[in-house]
Amino acid sequence: MTDRFQGEAVSWEVAGGVIELALHRGPCNEIGSISLKELEQFTESLDDLSRQCHALIIHSAMPSGFCAGADLRELYHRSQEMQKAEAVVGVRDFLERIHRVLNTIDAAPLTTIAAIHGVTFGGGFELALVCDLIIADKMARFAFPELRLGLIPGFGGIPRLKRDLGNAVVRDLLLTGRSLNATRAHAVGLVSQLVAEGQALRAARATAAQLGKFDRRTAIAAKKFIKPIPHHELKQEIDLFCQLFAEPAVEAGLRKFVESTDLQPYLP
Amino acid sequence: MPNEDKTLDEIMDLAATHFKVSRDNLRPDEDFFKTLNIDSLQALDLLTRLENHFHVELPDYELQGVTDFRTLAGRIHARL
Repeated sequence: MTDRFQGEAVSWEVAGGVIELALHRGPCNEIGSISLKELEQFTESLDDLSRQCHALIIHSAMPSGFCAGADLRELYHRSQEMQKAEAVVGVRDFLERIHRVLNTIDAAPLTTIAAIHGVTFGGGFELALVCDLIIADKMARFAFPELRLGLIPGFGGIPRLKRDLGNAVVRDLLLTGRSLNATRAHAVGLVSQLVAEGQALRAARATAAQLGKFDRRTAIAAKKFIKPIPHHELKQEIDLFCQLFAEPAVEAGLRKFVESTDLQPYLP
Repeated sequence: MPNEDKTLDEIMDLAATHFKVSRDNLRPDEDFFKTLNIDSLQALDLLTRLENHFHVELPDYELQGVTDFRTLAGRIHARL
């Protein structure tokens, strides 16, 4: 068990029964191969860490936001180096690995809190959604922009958003690709606490301290009872993503994002 | 309901304060990406501040092609 780790993309430490997982890969914690490898290391330690802890807080040390999603530049450049069929196999492998990581955090035997600020898009939004609670400051924004690339969310976002919100909100986010501000996200029930700018981590720590007062086994049982993991739909999402990834529109969308000198790549 | 000129003034005041540029250097019809020296992530930050200030929700696709304060004010005003 490693109760303290300093990586290139993530770090974690344990104090007072709380694990804090910090994301710190510039520019905005884009999830690529390095982040995935270190998150896998984290989830390999999580079982042991959970025995001595009652809460996990995931937060970002990058000023621009929690996480802007998958590392599209790495995805594009790697897929350009191989035949399409080989690229699809590589993408499926990546997805299955990230799903294992996110499923582990989703089901972790402790209460998980995402402390959010700024941009929380795509894979970043999906990382937040595996947590039991989302605490966001007023500058947070949430989006599934994948449709702009000819894709759907591939890290489990659709089944998990459906688990938490009404279908109308899910359709809005998915089909328009627009971002919701934290105030609206709180109004629709996605965000459990809305705090002042820069205060999300502080509020998450206060919440984690409160959680430590409860019987740990009861909390774990309650979480398991009310939070099903949608395994079947998660697998269907991977299949659909891989099917779409093979389409020409995706390569064009990725190229546009990566090669664009447009000042507006994060706007629809 | 405030008129659109007042909305424009408030937007420019907010942008100048947040991005620490002189209000006198901001013009309603100039490219605010250039005058504020911001990228698209920072533009989203500005959008959030404007939504919070005016208590509106502005879908970010409505910002497509919008680069000047006057047009931005029109978009916000349409939601008041």
